[in-house]
Amino acid sequence: MTTSTQGRNRSRPAALAGGFDLGKILLEGRAFLALIVIIVVFSILSPNYLTTSNVLSMASHVAVYALLAIGMLLVILNGGIDLTVGSILGLSGVIAGWLMQGVRLKALGDVTLFPAVWVVVVLAALVGAVIGLVNGVLVSRFKVAPFVATLGMLYVVRGIALLMTNGLTYNNLDGKPELGNTGFSWLGFNRILDLPIGVIVMVVVAVIVSLVLQRTVFGRWLYASGGNERAAELSGVPVRRVKVWVYVASGVCAAIAGLILSSELTSASPTAGSSYELTAIAAVVIGGAALSGGRGNVRGTLLGAFVIGFLSDGLVIVGVSAYWQTVFTGAVIILAVLLNAVQYRGRRKAPASSGDAQGPSSEPEPADATSPQTARTTG
Amino acid sequence: MNRASAAGNGNGVDEVVLSARHVVKTYGGTQALRGVNFDIHRGKVTTLFGENGAGKSTLMKILSGVEQPTSGEILLHGETVSFHSTVDARDRGISIIHQELSLAPNLNVRDNIFMGREIRTGTGIDFAEEARQTQELMERLEEDISPFTPVADLRLGQQQIVEIARALSVDARILIMDEPTSALSASEVEVLFKVIADLKSSGVSIVYISHHLEEALQITDFAVVLRDGNITATAEVRDIDLEWIVRRMVGEHFSLGEAPSVDEFGPIALSIEDVSVADVENPQRSIVDNLSLEVRSREVVCIYGLMGAGRTELLEAVAGRVPLTGGRVVLNGADVSGLSISERIDAGLCLVPEDRQRDGLVQTMSVGQNLTLASLTSFVKGLFLSRSAEEARVQESIKDVQVKTESPAAPIGALSGGNQQKVVIGKMLATHPQVILLDEPSRGIDVGAKAEVFRLLAERAGSGLAVVYSTSEVGECLSIAHRIIVMRRGRISAEFGPHTSKEEIMAASGEAVVA
Repeated sequence: MTTSTQGRNRSRPAALAGGFDLGKILLEGRAFLALIVIIVVFSILSPNYLTTSNVLSMASHVAVYALLAIGMLLVILNGGIDLTVGSILGLSGVIAGWLMQGVRLKALGDVTLFPAVWVVVVLAALVGAVIGLVNGVLVSRFKVAPFVATLGMLYVVRGIALLMTNGLTYNNLDGKPELGNTGFSWLGFNRILDLPIGVIVMVVVAVIVSLVLQRTVFGRWLYASGGNERAAELSGVPVRRVKVWVYVASGVCAAIAGLILSSELTSASPTAGSSYELTAIAAVVIGGAALSGGRGNVRGTLLGAFVIGFLSDGLVIVGVSAYWQTVFTGAVIILAVLLNAVQYRGRRKAPASSGDAQGPSSEPEPADATSPQTARTTG
Repeated sequence: MNRASAAGNGNGVDEVVLSARHVVKTYGGTQALRGVNFDIHRGKVTTLFGENGAGKSTLMKILSGVEQPTSGEILLHGETVSFHSTVDARDRGISIIHQELSLAPNLNVRDNIFMGREIRTGTGIDFAEEARQTQELMERLEEDISPFTPVADLRLGQQQIVEIARALSVDARILIMDEPTSALSASEVEVLFKVIADLKSSGVSIVYISHHLEEALQITDFAVVLRDGNITATAEVRDIDLEWIVRRMVGEHFSLGEAPSVDEFGPIALSIEDVSVADVENPQRSIVDNLSLEVRSREVVCIYGLMGAGRTELLEAVAGRVPLTGGRVVLNGADVSGLSISERIDAGLCLVPEDRQRDGLVQTMSVGQNLTLASLTSFVKGLFLSRSAEEARVQESIKDVQVKTESPAAPIGALSGGNQQKVVIGKMLATHPQVILLDEPSRGIDVGAKAEVFRLLAERAGSGLAVVYSTSEVGECLSIAHRIIVMRRGRISAEFGPHTSKEEIMAASGEAVVA
């Protein structure tokens, strides 16, 4: 019913995908409003909250969540879910730690290789990509439900990380100057123009993904196959390929997040990032994306990550107990999802029944009741 | 408008059981119903005719308690009533068969029929009694469906039967049927009409809505025509004919057009050679069986057949959606059997699917984004899509296929069925195909839009396109097609020129000719 009126409000002349759109702004306005409320409340409660140093330190916490969430967004836009990101984050750190300690190769006459930092970064990202590839192939080729496929991989990947270290943590990631592998801590500690590297990486990744989503064929394919896979396929969209790529991208994002986190902590624990996949999903949802696919964007997801990060750090600063922090975070997620439901209720009404898989002629007359104004457009 | 009351008063036996008085329904700023007066007579079939968006379903939803009117009143046996829910209306003897099936596919037939009104014993549910009654209903509808079959295992037509059985099981005094026959075969429709006659003679009043005008006329007692939320005409069926209804529905004389005149067809564009496709439900069986067909450029071919004849499967196989189990598809002399859907589109072969909600549109996207979805790669400049090129293409497509939309950025769901269908067709035409396949392009769109779609196809055929469309309405065969292919059990059972008769086509399809 609201379909028609919203349609009227939301439509603007030459606005295609990335254009200015009042409805979208309002939708994201919600997460933005929440962020402002959080900042205002905590600034009042603690004078230290809104200092530059604290905001920057919070922002580098957010960067880790945001990188995971941006990868997650791609998968969720496709109508899937990626539960492996927390495990990939952990494994990526462990891979980096392992490589920094030197790799002994007995086959080559027992030499120990100390790869340069850039090699470490590339290899860790590659491992993330491979795990994403496995997820993608399981989901697209073998038709395993994304939830189940990535749940399984969550355990497998975490297990590999634990096996590699025997459950221990790599504590020395600094490298040695004589081995030429120093500089790993640059990721976590250095700043450019006062901005932590992690934050800069987050911004760069966000800009790239945003451009891909709004301006490239792949982005449009992703929105289309998430919105209606069958229709996309019949329109010539390579839906399987799109699906594989989003999992690969999510894996790479998670691996990068893992490198930043282990560099910040100067240690790589195989259990790092446990349950971060849920935080990432929460950020995407708070950012207004639909778990059913096809709706959502990078701006919203970033806001979602900031809401979660600024809220939990704020609670720490004002001294709320860790248990209460969990309760608050949960409440914010539920609130966001409730608002999403309100937001999409009207819009979904018309197309929803088509998703019921009731078959071809279940609704031969879809527009009759749901969009009354069409009487005039047809007549 | 006055003819009905005259007719009603004339014989004096017609008792109005349920009526709407000055009913207005507003959604947001738009009026779906603008002061409608509507009567339902005891023991009669009142059929509501109207295009998509005329307000038929809205009116039925108000009469059955799904929605409340914005203003106006509902009178049941002369008393003002207001239904707060469907249960409320059901308790007062009003039952509705919705056009969208509302069955739970995971439950069996019995549980679906008694969903929400289970027969209770002291401690639980009397399953035996429910099963017995289900069996009775199925016998009455002459269907061989076990009460214990999961609904998901039934084909669509059978699911519709279950939906009908559920409405019958309530013993309603007033039964509203919104498109009950859309998935039924001719013989099933006949049985349903027999049941309707039985119900009438036991005093049940029926409101009937259907896109199949001819079919609906067979059982109609009172015809009511709705246009733009107003009732434009009411008449007893003996005073009117099909043309009278169509004229009042669309407000003009209309025709679906005729085959475009061609001096000579072009070369063979599409050649289907001994194609077989396995039945999904029973892979041993071929739903398309060694079928061969050649279509030339500039030619319009219509494929007619009943449900289950294999039309959809044939078209989907040719387009690359489902694999062939035998034979090959040749496009402009090149074998395309091994190509993917997108490669076939690039080669110039595309399909407009039957169910546009499920297979045609991306509901989360705008009109413009839907229009360019299939031809996106032609707007790429460097890494990015060229917005200006895309917008130009969208404007061109909108003009080309005459989509009526406020703006290209409007959500696709805001359009009427006919305009949505034009978007799906426009999307595929934007890929510059040489062969376009359309599976039931007229499904669920009103007569006016239907005529526009057919005109567009005829036009494109004139400029070199090869058009193949399927239909289950005989009237649509005798329009723009140069050649009519009748499919029956996966094979071609007959082939006609444009000047054949409906009876011949229906006989070739195995359909009983309804007098």
